Amino acid sequence: MSMFDWDGILPTKVFVGLQNFKEIVSQDPSWWQAMGNAVYITLIALILQNALAFLLALACDREIKMRNFYRAVFFIPPVLSEIVVGMAWRFIISDVDGANIINRMLVSAGLPQLVHNWLSDPKTVLTTVALVHSWKGFGWGFLIFLAGLQIIPKDLYEAARVDGASAWDSFKKITVPLMIPVIVLVSILTILGTMQAFALILALVGGEFAGHTSVPVLRILTVMRDSSRFGYACAQGISFGAILVIISFIQYRLSKKYREE
Amino acid sequence: MKSAIYYQTKKVTMNVLIHMFLLSVAATCLYPVLWMLASSFKTQGTIFSDISLIPRQFHFENYYFAVSKSDFGRYFLNSVFYTASVVFGIVIISSLAAYAFSRLRFPGRKVIFILFIAAMMIPIPGSFVALFVLLNKLHLRNTALGYILCMISVGLSMSIFLLKTFFDKMPRELEDVARMDGCSKLGIWRHVALPFAKPAIAVVVVFNALNVWNEYVLALIILDSKKLMPLQRALMMFRGEFLTNYPLLMAGLTIAAVPIIIVYLVMQKYLVKGVVASQGVFG
Repeated sequence: MSMFDWDGILPTKVFVGLQNFKEIVSQDPSWWQAMGNAVYITLIALILQNALAFLLALACDREIKMRNFYRAVFFIPPVLSEIVVGMAWRFIISDVDGANIINRMLVSAGLPQLVHNWLSDPKTVLTTVALVHSWKGFGWGFLIFLAGLQIIPKDLYEAARVDGASAWDSFKKITVPLMIPVIVLVSILTILGTMQAFALILALVGGEFAGHTSVPVLRILTVMRDSSRFGYACAQGISFGAILVIISFIQYRLSKKYREE
Repeated sequence: MKSAIYYQTKKVTMNVLIHMFLLSVAATCLYPVLWMLASSFKTQGTIFSDISLIPRQFHFENYYFAVSKSDFGRYFLNSVFYTASVVFGIVIISSLAAYAFSRLRFPGRKVIFILFIAAMMIPIPGSFVALFVLLNKLHLRNTALGYILCMISVGLSMSIFLLKTFFDKMPRELEDVARMDGCSKLGIWRHVALPFAKPAIAVVVVFNALNVWNEYVLALIILDSKKLMPLQRALMMFRGEFLTNYPLLMAGLTIAAVPIIIVYLVMQKYLVKGVVASQGVFG
């Protein structure tokens, strides 16, 4: 289907070969802008969301009171739908459609110069999207990191302590090397999840600033529904899907390698 | 030599700092949810002036309005219906398939299993245009059945994988006993394998229920009629209609969020297992 020019309804399909793919690569700036946006959100999520998840997992991987409470609470954002999260946050931070809580807090903290229209300024809207996405997502990473940390045998740390290693030493020499496969896993899952996120953006930002917050999934939907170019939308879907499949495949090979070691 | 008091103080300070860190993150997790809940009990007049988490007065009419005037009851039931049917379908099909992959010897067993797992790697955005056309051809677009079948296929691979690893660990003696008692293969699946796999099935149920309840993109492509829409889809439409009626919108969000939070809190153990296990699929 990706090789046809077709509106999805009429029986007239025109075979265009690889023309659709050529158009994606060379004549479709809005597609590349959407890709760029998705990559930007993904980078922020990779760094911020996973660093936070890792720190929280470290903090919880010890004899600590209320561990179950923390674990239960951190996973509440991931069980909510993207739509619910997007709308609730829009209502909290938007200056147009909401109560503007962040700005009110900035004012009462004595920082009125930082007050900003986070969702209606094209410069900050994408970062805001990335932050809300990270808020929703860090619970996943946290759970997987915590599961990973808990498999590390405790006597390794004991032995290191007897040998006079400091806490920092054993973190560097034991925790990090043993956690690398888990970190790779979580990173790849973050990339796969974030690249495909779109309902959150629809709910958080709505239709405005289409270009500034557009992502590939939204582009495919727009091309399909608004301009009825099914062949072209399908080609976009295949190109995008192929990128994600390659990323999953890299993950598969890496984890196989780690398991064999 | 540093004194014991020094170490004691250091340990306590460390603990306090860690708790402060964890508590502040926990607060940011809870705040939007509580805020949404609180706002749904306010009125249009008080929602911006009274920004506390405990409303001065509780107004339940938002819920009344959401259910009576804008069909939220129906959307809620649609979501319940989709979730129940999809989860039921997945449990039946995936447990049968996983049992077959685990126990029966048939030609092409490995290849078919790998195809199933590989299908899981194909992301929905890569295939929904084709799915749209296929459903149109089958006249299943804009039908509840079409949506249910698609959602079953979305959850199937992961569930089969999870159950197969579980069945692989099932002792053969259990089956032998049943076979001697005259159980057929299907009877063994029903009376031995299913009860044995209960914990794994619980994981499959919770994990898929969450997925279906929160699903948006397929509902957007497949369903057009209002009367078929699940909650997530209806919420977006609802926002278009009642953009400025925030308390009502928050009541709608609460209706969509609270059931899943309750299910999560009750079944937390299984969900956490599901999250960790689903990563094992890739690992």
